[in-house]
Amino acid sequence: MDKSVNKQYYRKDMSIFWWTRKWTHIRFILRELTSLSVAFFALEIVLLFFSVSRGPEGYQTFVAVISNPILIILNFIAFVGLIFHSVTWFDLAPKAMVIKVGKRPLPAIVIAGSNYMGWIVVSVLIFWFLTENT
Amino acid sequence: METIEIEVFRYQPEKGSDPAFQTYEIPLNKDWVILDALNHIKDHIDGSLSFRWSCRMGVCGSCGMVVNGKPVLTCATFLEKFAPGPVRIEPLDNFPVVRDLVIEMSDFLDKLQKVKPWIIREEEGSTEEEYLQTPSQLADYKQYSMCINCMLCYSACPVYGLEPGFTGPAALALAQRYNMDSRDQGNRDRMEALSDDTGMWQCTFVGDCSAVCPKNVDPAGAIQRYKVEGATHWWKTLLLPYGKDR
Repeated sequence: MDKSVNKQYYRKDMSIFWWTRKWTHIRFILRELTSLSVAFFALEIVLLFFSVSRGPEGYQTFVAVISNPILIILNFIAFVGLIFHSVTWFDLAPKAMVIKVGKRPLPAIVIAGSNYMGWIVVSVLIFWFLTENT
Repeated sequence: METIEIEVFRYQPEKGSDPAFQTYEIPLNKDWVILDALNHIKDHIDGSLSFRWSCRMGVCGSCGMVVNGKPVLTCATFLEKFAPGPVRIEPLDNFPVVRDLVIEMSDFLDKLQKVKPWIIREEEGSTEEEYLQTPSQLADYKQYSMCINCMLCYSACPVYGLEPGFTGPAALALAQRYNMDSRDQGNRDRMEALSDDTGMWQCTFVGDCSAVCPKNVDPAGAIQRYKVEGATHWWKTLLLPYGKDR
């Protein structure tokens, strides 16, 4: 390291807006930022459980609060962010997961595809559970 | 004959001047790669221009530069692709510049050593002993062994730009090249060196290293696999404190 701290050398500084110049970098920052959407929904679900645990009245209050137009818009934005986050996450999964069956690794599309399948199956199950019980 | 404008980054510390771009007009020869254009400038227009090159065939990894914002091997990038120009040639990003297009690479060389890029055995065998390997075992790491140390991935990596302590894509991929070699037993040694705050966990998976790699090494993939391994290792030491992983 010491060898490279020569005063004669020129070092280009990196701007804090480095990520604005390339689409791949913007996409990366969006992927990281949309993790906030995931946190938002996690928090919302925790609050939902908390309000339900306080009986029908608690649930009614929760519904009243969440019907606020600002919260509906916020939910919509967070939902779009969540979809973007999930899609980019699943597309990256094959890079980290290399599963060998016999002598060959499974193709990337199988790894990503099984993630998407899992997502769809769980979503359908939740939808079925909700519609069956109301 | 058709010509093209080349804007070359110039830094001449002996003159005490600030870095600047110098424009040269050269023939647009259809057979030329960027490196040929630079050699034409050096041989016929301006002998003071400095840059590194050696093999001219994408093997030695010396001639990496940033061309129109993208790190490339200049010997493997055709000039005609950028017609009508201008073409802007800069030294690799994220490294100190010694002069013109020449960067200082000792940081990278130190990092290569840090990952212990050699086969480690728990006990040294006799020199007569053979360590057999099947084609399937070879295929496990072969991709990671294709690296030519051209440092394009370091130039593309914003994490390395922001955190110069980061071990970086090529060195981590090289660690995986040995970790996945069936003859190697040094996984634990390397894991210790690469689990700290300069190792694999610094990587945020931007993925540009793999996009610019001229040898399809896929360092980003190697690092993510290493993270999975690191996490598994951590869980094992937590759940099996007296197991052989500790």
